[in-house]
Amino acid sequence: MSLNLLAILPEIFILVIGILVLILDPFWKDESRRINLGWLTAGGLTAVLILSLLLDRPSEPVLAWGGMVRFDWLAFVFKMFIIFASAITALFFMDVEQLGKRAEAYLLLLAATIGMCLMVSSADLVMLFLAIETTSIPMYVLAGFMLDDKKSTEAGFKYLLFGALTSGIFLYGLSLVYGFSGTTQLENMRSYFTSLNPISVGVLFLLVVGLGFKISLAPFHFWAPDTYEGAPTPVAGILSTASKAAGLAVLIRLFITAFPQVDANWQLILAVLATLSMTIGNLVALAQKNLKRLLAYSSIAHAGYALVGVVAGNELGIKAVVYYLIAYVLTNLAAFGIIAAFGRVTGSDEIRAYDGMSRRAPYLALAMLVAFLSLSGMPPFGGFIGKVLVFAAAVEAGWYWLVIVGIINSVVGVYYYLTVMKYVYLYRMEGENEEAHPIPVTRPYAIAIVVLTIGIILTGTIFAPWFGLSTDAALSLFF
Amino acid sequence: MDFISTHLLTTILFFPVAAALVIWFLPADQPKAVRWTAFLASLVPFGLSVWLWTQFNASQAGFQFQEQYTWFEAINSTFHVGVDGLSLTMVLLTTLLTPLAILASFNITEKVKAYMMLFLFLETGMLGVFLALDLLIFFVFWEIGLVPMYFLINQWGSPKGERELWGGMKVSARNYASLKFMVYTMAGSLGLLLAIQMLGVLFQTYDLMTLTEKWSGFNEGTLLGMNVSTVKAISFWAFTIAFALKVPVWPFHTWLPDAHTEAPTAGSMILAGVLLKLGAYGFLRLVLPFYPVESQYYAGWLAFLATMAIVFGAFASFGQTDFKRLVAYSSVNHMGFVLLGIAAAAKAIGTQDATIALNGAVLQMFNHGLSAAGMFFLVGVIYERTHTRNLNEFGGLFPLVPVYGGILIFTSMASLGLPGLNGFVSEFLVVRGAFGVGYAGGEWNYMAVYTAIAMLGLLFTGAYILKGVRKVLHGPLNEHWAHGEHKLTEINTREILVMAPLMILILILGIWPMWMLDVINKAMLLLFS
Amino acid sequence: MQFPVLSIIVFAPFVAAVIMLLMKPEAKNEIRVTALSAAVFDLVLSGWVYYQVYMHPSLEYQFVEKYEWLPVLGISLNFGVDGMSAPLVLLTGIVMFTGVLISWGIDDRPREFFAFLFLLAGGVFGVFVSLDLFMLFFFYEIAVFPMYLLIAIWGWKVTREYAAMKLTLYLFLGSVFSLVGALAMVFVNYQNTGVITFDMLALEKAGFSQAFQYIWFLPTFMGFAILGGIFPFHNWSPDGHVAAPTAVSMFHAGVLMKLGAFAALRVGIMLLPEGAKQWAWLIFGLAMVNVVYGAFIAMIQQDMKYVIGFSSVSHMGLVALGFATLTREGILGAGLQMFSHGVMTALFFAAVGMVYDRAHTRQIPELGGMIKPLPWVGIGFIIGSLVSMGMPGFSGFVAEFPIFMGVWQVSGLAAILASLSIVITAAYVLLVVRRAFFGEMPKQFEHHITPITPLDKVAIVTLCACMVLLGLFPGLMAPMVSTGVENILRLLGGA
Repeated sequence: MSLNLLAILPEIFILVIGILVLILDPFWKDESRRINLGWLTAGGLTAVLILSLLLDRPSEPVLAWGGMVRFDWLAFVFKMFIIFASAITALFFMDVEQLGKRAEAYLLLLAATIGMCLMVSSADLVMLFLAIETTSIPMYVLAGFMLDDKKSTEAGFKYLLFGALTSGIFLYGLSLVYGFSGTTQLENMRSYFTSLNPISVGVLFLLVVGLGFKISLAPFHFWAPDTYEGAPTPVAGILSTASKAAGLAVLIRLFITAFPQVDANWQLILAVLATLSMTIGNLVALAQKNLKRLLAYSSIAHAGYALVGVVAGNELGIKAVVYYLIAYVLTNLAAFGIIAAFGRVTGSDEIRAYDGMSRRAPYLALAMLVAFLSLSGMPPFGGFIGKVLVFAAAVEAGWYWLVIVGIINSVVGVYYYLTVMKYVYLYRMEGENEEAHPIPVTRPYAIAIVVLTIGIILTGTIFAPWFGLSTDAALSLFF
Repeated sequence: MDFISTHLLTTILFFPVAAALVIWFLPADQPKAVRWTAFLASLVPFGLSVWLWTQFNASQAGFQFQEQYTWFEAINSTFHVGVDGLSLTMVLLTTLLTPLAILASFNITEKVKAYMMLFLFLETGMLGVFLALDLLIFFVFWEIGLVPMYFLINQWGSPKGERELWGGMKVSARNYASLKFMVYTMAGSLGLLLAIQMLGVLFQTYDLMTLTEKWSGFNEGTLLGMNVSTVKAISFWAFTIAFALKVPVWPFHTWLPDAHTEAPTAGSMILAGVLLKLGAYGFLRLVLPFYPVESQYYAGWLAFLATMAIVFGAFASFGQTDFKRLVAYSSVNHMGFVLLGIAAAAKAIGTQDATIALNGAVLQMFNHGLSAAGMFFLVGVIYERTHTRNLNEFGGLFPLVPVYGGILIFTSMASLGLPGLNGFVSEFLVVRGAFGVGYAGGEWNYMAVYTAIAMLGLLFTGAYILKGVRKVLHGPLNEHWAHGEHKLTEINTREILVMAPLMILILILGIWPMWMLDVINKAMLLLFS
Repeated sequence: MQFPVLSIIVFAPFVAAVIMLLMKPEAKNEIRVTALSAAVFDLVLSGWVYYQVYMHPSLEYQFVEKYEWLPVLGISLNFGVDGMSAPLVLLTGIVMFTGVLISWGIDDRPREFFAFLFLLAGGVFGVFVSLDLFMLFFFYEIAVFPMYLLIAIWGWKVTREYAAMKLTLYLFLGSVFSLVGALAMVFVNYQNTGVITFDMLALEKAGFSQAFQYIWFLPTFMGFAILGGIFPFHNWSPDGHVAAPTAVSMFHAGVLMKLGAFAALRVGIMLLPEGAKQWAWLIFGLAMVNVVYGAFIAMIQQDMKYVIGFSSVSHMGLVALGFATLTREGILGAGLQMFSHGVMTALFFAAVGMVYDRAHTRQIPELGGMIKPLPWVGIGFIIGSLVSMGMPGFSGFVAEFPIFMGVWQVSGLAAILASLSIVITAAYVLLVVRRAFFGEMPKQFEHHITPITPLDKVAIVTLCACMVLLGLFPGLMAPMVSTGVENILRLLGGA
């Protein structure tokens, strides 16, 4: 197969699935529509995943499509996880009221997935911007999908406004980059940004704003809590995982490929942002009463942790970030999935609504325990390995103060994650008759959550294969 | 049989523990079986120690029947036991008194199993101290003996009586006495523990014989940043205080009246009969050999304390209205003589007078063991019948209980030091030896003064003994005990059997003490010349 | 390739936990039996390992297993025991076994309880046998979070949430500081030798500079020592002890605190020996405070569990003290004390738990006369008390004596001060025994004190037997620990 085709093979497959969904949707009866849509999308995406793994593994990094796209391991690894995340999200969509039986939702999801895949493989500024927009716009709509829910509308709208603004700033930054370097190819840019001067710092800053929004880095995070809270829970799930991962991939590519020489500056800026994110994320999370908002702030903090690996700037740092993101995608998806499963039955996302959950749904509670412990960085779960790797990279690079900040923040994180689990396990419902109020979990949710939980445990115990993937991804950058 | 003869000492030492374990498995509702098993089992170590006595070669230097096994190799401590004349005497005393005490305890009805087990554990604890040839083992057995005695006093002690503590809290007398006994002794042993640790670190061994040699000769240089002699002086006092507490020496004796008084009869017998001797033994086995220089230097202090014990003990005894407390203070008084003999010997190590004093001291240990055990038992006999120990409530009981009266007078005379009975021999030897030391080289020194004062104390010994006897047996008959339900019953066969061996030995040792003095004498010569 | 005993010991509890989680919550008895079988299994295996190490003393690690786990970073699954860790493995097996027996009566979700307890046990085993620094942390952290759940859910209602959170945060914070120290070691070694490895045996030979060791010893050692209860970071321990359910207290004081001390030894002292020598004075001083202050505070407590909690602070201070002397006797004593105190405190908590379950109070003034209806508990408590005050004939003396010998080599004055704690301990422990077990039983308890079950008796007998055996025959453990100590002294440069 020609190189160009191989480079975007997954995207093509996803497009095919989208077309299938579009075509088949009118033929299905209402009752079976959501099941068919969901399984088609999820199954299709899984098939894409398998096919890509079999056929589409890159070897040496090469540019394709006239330099628009880079076919390398970094893109490949991220693409696989983005597709995986989408498949899981499709499963989650199935049982959400108003979302599950609307083909548009699945189409938007697929469109966003294509966008994210393109994002992580962009090697050109124009391609990059296009891909980002391809991702964002469907996401804006998905966030505001629940038309009769005011919060959802607010979520979508806020996301749109913020996104549009930061998109503009990002585009401005990109145009300045083009202006100064005369090229839109990432690889060709590095020779132009070799020294420190106010212009390059300013340009960098603009880019950081745009990307920072995407990965909900403080102080560009203000959209996240409201959006996560208002959007349908599976949408929040994919926003906080795949979208963030894609954004970080872009960040890594930009800063390692395009601006490697100006290490000291951007490292410091990113370190400060990481600190802000970790601190604000964790501290404000302490005060939250809504679980989705808590997770929103927690994702802000996690963006900070991941960024520490980027700050380290060494090989181990990038490997650590990739590993961190793999574990984080699995974990956060699980967390949001569980919230969706719970919210579906109880109709509430307040933390205190979870009182006594362990008696109502013991296995769901266990899955929640696994996810939350992974988020707080406890073994034997992926979150632990990710955190250790990220901090190890920072120690190796000598960023001791950043590591101390990270550690202290981790401890704060442990506090609120465990507090939530305390409500789940220790506290009782009103009336203490949990037996009478079980939480049934539908099959797609069960499958998805089980897969994710196994994934979290695998990334936490048998971590060599995943680390191998991260290494391949990282090394492909330094070519 | 062969096993026993090659492991004689460990058999004697651990047989009581084995017996206690057997008793543990006996049914609790068969007190008779428990009592008899305990009694018969306690006769075995006695028989073995008699046999040991016959096999012992008094003229041979060093320790005999030695056994050594690995124990705590990591810090160079081994399980090392052996006897010489000194320890053999004490072993005999212990194994003799234990069966008698158990026989005396046949009237205990509550928790008999636990009582007998504790008693047997106690016997092992005491024997261990006398047989130990390793300093760490010595300390282990020294401390371990405290636990059974604590519980014996606490659980089976006199039920009546209360003491008020600080803060107005009231505790029963036996709780007070047992805790005081335990904490006092442990606190006193603390110095001993620290000194032992220091020795172990210094010489990388705990073997008594090696340490005696090395430590007594270690006189030059600095240690722990201080002059060796300073360190030795401090550790001398650490050892001394620990043992002085046990003897007990004035002013460390205050635990004794409470403990002896509140303990059950048999407990007091063993306390006074054997446990006090542990302290004196410690002086003879450890303090004098380890610190010959310091002992000589501080001999005056020791003699002073001994004399105070004799005098104050006698005065205190005289002032008591509680019969048992009177006997308790008499122990202070009699053990004072032991320490006087030791002090005299310390002052003049190697001289003939010193040896005489030592002979007296060791014999006094044995003698007092017999007479104190006897006296406490007799107090217990009368207490069991009258449920009071108040001397003023007795009076003129002789015609009611003539046999008891006779035995009481006999034993009291032994305690008093009547010539012809054992007390006289040992006290005479002590005074003779101390006086001799006091007149060393033709010049009078302080030892003579102390001895003179001690003899005054002897006078008061007589006073309090006679007072006790008079108040109980003589004078107008207290009608209360003569009729009705309070009518005094005579001493019974079992009780006579308890006293008989003691009385026989008291008499024999009073008339013909050679068989024991010879062994003691040879041992003292070998140790301290 | 020999039989992978250590891996089985470490992973069996995890497997058991998963099995139990898959059982129905109503099948309570099946769950308990499963837990007990797994505990017996691990106890037998750890006993066998102990026996083998005892029969074949060696300065090298035994039962070594090494599986490459992440070769790129030099992380491997590397297990092995030496003279110091074999007793601790046995201790964990014993405490696990007796803990399960004591928890037989837990009726609120026993499935989750035993599953979390076994996660804890597996983590603890893992730390004791780990020869890979990464894995040591991995298992160490696994041992931290189940404590939160166990205390918060099944603990004493009054303080459980507070105590559980305080404990978890303290321990987690401590461990991450040590983690940073460990990472620094790995990377400096990488810079020096070009080989990135987490293998502790390799790192022992790394030869870090004096300056490096000076800076990094304290965070690394203290991070773990926090779990060992060192002053002034001991605060979490008494509250944690009191709030936890009985078996968890047994684990906490009996094993977990040893985990901290042991890890401090392995990672702090053995990998940074020069740093240890430079900072020993500080550790010594803090440990002295532990020993004396802990005893004083224990004396004034009214709640029995607080008495034991603070007494643990004092006794663990002796362990730290032994380590800080950096002498053969001191470290030997510390090693023995870890075992002895572990068993003793497990017994204490078991006994207190049994009293509390029946009397529903732990306030000493409110108790009394418990020995009549609960003779086994009373005798067990008495034996524990004797061990606690270092009475010869029991394991406490065998452990404390060498520690004091070590202290003498540093400072005679310190030895005298520390020995004060012995007297104070004797006083308060005897008082507690007397007030709670002897004397008059308050009227409200009459007929409410049910006898203990045969399972409880087995637990008490097991624990007492360990203490008595070790006290009478120190040769059962001292030679083994000595070989471990030789190894450590070698690293310290034959100090």
